[in-house]
Amino acid sequence: MDIPYTVAVRRDTGLNNGKIGIWLFLASEVMLFGALFASYILIRTGSPNWPRGDTVLDYRLATFNTIVLITSSVTMVMAWASLMRRKFGTFRIYMAATVLLGGVFLVVKYFEYSHHLHLGEYPSHSNFFAIYYTLTGLHMLHVFGGMVVNAYFWGPGAKLWEKNPVWFTNRVEHSGLFWHFVDLVWIFLFPTLYLL
Amino acid sequence: MSDHAATHDHDDHASHDPAEIDRHVRVYIMVFVALMVLTIVTVAVSRFHLSVPLAVTVALLVATIKGTLVAGYFMHLMSEKKLILAVLALTAAFFIVLLGLPVITHSNGFWIPQPAEAHTAAEAQPGAEHK
Repeated sequence: MDIPYTVAVRRDTGLNNGKIGIWLFLASEVMLFGALFASYILIRTGSPNWPRGDTVLDYRLATFNTIVLITSSVTMVMAWASLMRRKFGTFRIYMAATVLLGGVFLVVKYFEYSHHLHLGEYPSHSNFFAIYYTLTGLHMLHVFGGMVVNAYFWGPGAKLWEKNPVWFTNRVEHSGLFWHFVDLVWIFLFPTLYLL
Repeated sequence: MSDHAATHDHDDHASHDPAEIDRHVRVYIMVFVALMVLTIVTVAVSRFHLSVPLAVTVALLVATIKGTLVAGYFMHLMSEKKLILAVLALTAAFFIVLLGLPVITHSNGFWIPQPAEAHTAAEAQPGAEHK
C-alpha cells in the first residue's frame, strides 16, 4: 500500500504530508527550547551573581563550533539542491560533509565537557553550569539525532532515489529543515551562554 | 488518492528548473557569507565588554538577524505556503508568552503576590500556610 501524499500535495493544505509534519514537529521544538530559555532568564535574573559566559567557558571553541554548524547548514541545503539538479553523486558529497561537520561539532563539545568535568564543574556546581549542561546537552542530542537521519539518507535510505527520486528529495528537504533548526537554536545559544 | 497517480501535482520546490536552482545556490552562498560576518561581529562586539543590557540587546539583535537568514533562505520560509507561516505565527505568539513569563515574574507582575504581601496574608490567616 502506498503512503499517501509523500509526493503529491493535499488539496486542503497545499503541502505534502511530510512537509506539514516536520513543521508541526519543529513548532513543538520551539516550545521545548523556549521553555528552557525562559528558565534561563528566570534563573539568571534571580541570581545576585551571574558570571559572564566567557569567564567560565571557552568562547573560542564555541565560535569554532558556530562556524562548523553554519557551514554544515550550507552543505545540507547544497545536498538538497544537488538532488533538485538530479546530481546524486554531488548530493552524497555534500551529505557526507554535513554528517562529518556534525561529528566535528560533537567532538569539540566532548573536549569542552571533559575540561569542565575535570575541573569539577558538574551541573550541581552552580546554577550557571546546571542550565549550561541542560541547554547544550539537549542541543547535542538534537545534533546527534540529525546526524543519524542524515547518515541514513546518505547510506541505506538512498535506495529510494532509484525508485522515487521526488519522494527522496522531499525526505532530504525535511531532514534539512530539522538540521537548519538545530543550527538556528545554536545561533541563539552561542551568545546567550558564551558571550553574555 | 494514490500518490503516484498525482505526481504531476508536486509542491513548488519540486518544480524548479535548473536555472532557478542555480539562482538559489548563489543566494545560499551569499547567506553563508553574511552568517560568517555576523558571527565575527557577535564575537567582536562581546570583546568591548559593554554594559549587560546593551550587550544583551546587541547580541540578541545580531542573533535574530542570523536566525531570520537561516529560516528565510535555508528553510525556505521566504517562499513557503501560508499554512506553514500561520502555524509558525501561532507558535511565535505562544513563544513570546513563554518568554514573557519570567520577565513578568522578575518585574513583579501586578497579579503575583509580593513576598511581603504573601507573608502578611499568611499571618492574617493562622494555619493557612500549612494547608
